[in-house]
Amino acid sequence: MKAKEIFEHVAARVGHEAVFALDEAGQAEAGPAGEKAKEGARDGSFQVRPAELMAVMGALRDDPELAFDFLQNLTAVDWMKREVIQVVYHLFSYANRHEICVRVEVPRAAPHVASVVSLWPTANWHEREQYDLLGVVFEGHPDLRRLLMPDDWVGHPMRKDFQEPKSYRGMPTSRPSPLDLLVSYDRAHVAKATHATQPAPTPPPPPAPPETPS
Amino acid sequence: MSELVLVSGEDEMILNMGPQHPSTHGVIRFIVHTDGEIISRAEPDVGYLHRAIEHIAEKCTYEGFMPYTDRVDYVCAMTANHVWASAVEKLAALPVPPRAHYLRVISDELNRISSHCIALGAMAMDLGAVTPFPYALREREYVNDLMEELCGARLTYNYHRIGGVGWDMTDAWRDKTLRFLDHFEPVIDEFDRLITMNEIFVKRLANLAVINAEEAVAYGLVGPNLRAAGVAFDLRADMPYATYGDILPKIGWTTPVGSGRMGRTGDAWDRFWLRVEEWRWSVKIVREALDQIQATPRGEFLIPPKRLRPKGDAMARVEAARGDMSCYVVGDGTPHAYRARFRTGSFNAMGLVREKSRGLMVADLVALIASLDIVAPEIDR
Repeated sequence: MKAKEIFEHVAARVGHEAVFALDEAGQAEAGPAGEKAKEGARDGSFQVRPAELMAVMGALRDDPELAFDFLQNLTAVDWMKREVIQVVYHLFSYANRHEICVRVEVPRAAPHVASVVSLWPTANWHEREQYDLLGVVFEGHPDLRRLLMPDDWVGHPMRKDFQEPKSYRGMPTSRPSPLDLLVSYDRAHVAKATHATQPAPTPPPPPAPPETPS
Repeated sequence: MSELVLVSGEDEMILNMGPQHPSTHGVIRFIVHTDGEIISRAEPDVGYLHRAIEHIAEKCTYEGFMPYTDRVDYVCAMTANHVWASAVEKLAALPVPPRAHYLRVISDELNRISSHCIALGAMAMDLGAVTPFPYALREREYVNDLMEELCGARLTYNYHRIGGVGWDMTDAWRDKTLRFLDHFEPVIDEFDRLITMNEIFVKRLANLAVINAEEAVAYGLVGPNLRAAGVAFDLRADMPYATYGDILPKIGWTTPVGSGRMGRTGDAWDRFWLRVEEWRWSVKIVREALDQIQATPRGEFLIPPKRLRPKGDAMARVEAARGDMSCYVVGDGTPHAYRARFRTGSFNAMGLVREKSRGLMVADLVALIASLDIVAPEIDR
């Protein structure tokens, strides 16, 4: 099914106000190098109101004509200027071999989205990662803990306004560039050589090689 | 990462496995709750190899990020290169010359051979069969030599470019690769005799950690793990990218799937056998690609993009050695990505370990993670 058919199918099932912003861009044609590419999504996608997310996702998974049994990717994008966090779901159907991208936008200050773990168990780790890195709270997740960062880490590092702390548990989080170190080492070396009052003693001439019998 | 919590039931022991455990295939930690030898729960604890590759993608240019993609999966770096290149090409609608597509296919498949060498050799070694490991690594050395000649690196290739590949192949390299394939094909049969069909090995793996098709799909297993569970889906055949659409019909492709030949469908032996089968197909694909590439004009392997400032988002999927690897990239009209995400096969497979480990013996946990072919940097990225 094409993105438009999927969109209309879902809209008919869960109501036309729940889903909007259909983008059926599909794959843009490859133009000659350097030509300005078409803007927008390259995969068919539509947006869902956060309140209706579970109904839409349930329809996408359980409707036999859609049958999206594989949550291919789940990620979140921090649109700081628009003050929203966009959670992006890429779904794929093994039965029907079609795919769709579903987006949900939630306010950046309180990003709460319903968890889809009950529909696709694979979402468990995906949602934990997005919680860890972007601070999206997935309501109803069975075990919403940090996945990659340490448990006592403060803040969500993939947020666009995240400030990296100077140190973590006494360990510095940055270090001087090795190139700078090399330059300062060279300077010290040069200074040492030029400030020496006496030139370094010339090494003794190497011993003459033993004469080889002709 | 989480702290070890020393609370457990009366007869439960908590066993800390890793992060520096030799058979965890990288730096992964398992907090194993056991009752004697039987595992009641193995809680994976990842993040020890988190290098924030997705964050680095936001800091450097699209082209400049390519060497970092090698580090997403250093055992099969070529496909990570490929998925990034194709995601950006899709995002910016860039053309790729056919010769570059063939070179991508050839390098991907050679890398798949070497990656499966590690997977199969290491799995056998984890189970106590030390002999196959050096045999597999010997073959991998040949592939590494070929890769070194092709792109100058043995592991982290940085070979693919946005709009093509970095270098063309030479005729000498083509001959050498064909010689390697002639040598490697009988080695696969030898490997089968040595370990795959070895009675002790079969008995060790058959009926172990069975993952059925429903579970595999629900937990998002991909690649060989999914096919071993009986789901015939391979991106190369079902959603052809690059030039797989021209190559696979010519070699009479049928997607190998697990059939429960030695036990039940989706057991650890099926997963092992399936990777051996993938070796056979990879050899055929490389042969056919090396044949078809002769028809493409020499030297046309790269169309460098000018002023790469794409806007929008794109998702690309590539069949890596550990299955469907996908890259989602968002551009905002600047020279660097606004957001990039790599979804890898090992990441999905790890989500299943906790469920599947229940009731296993401690030694079988090692067999489970080895049979899923988990590579730690792929999980953490």
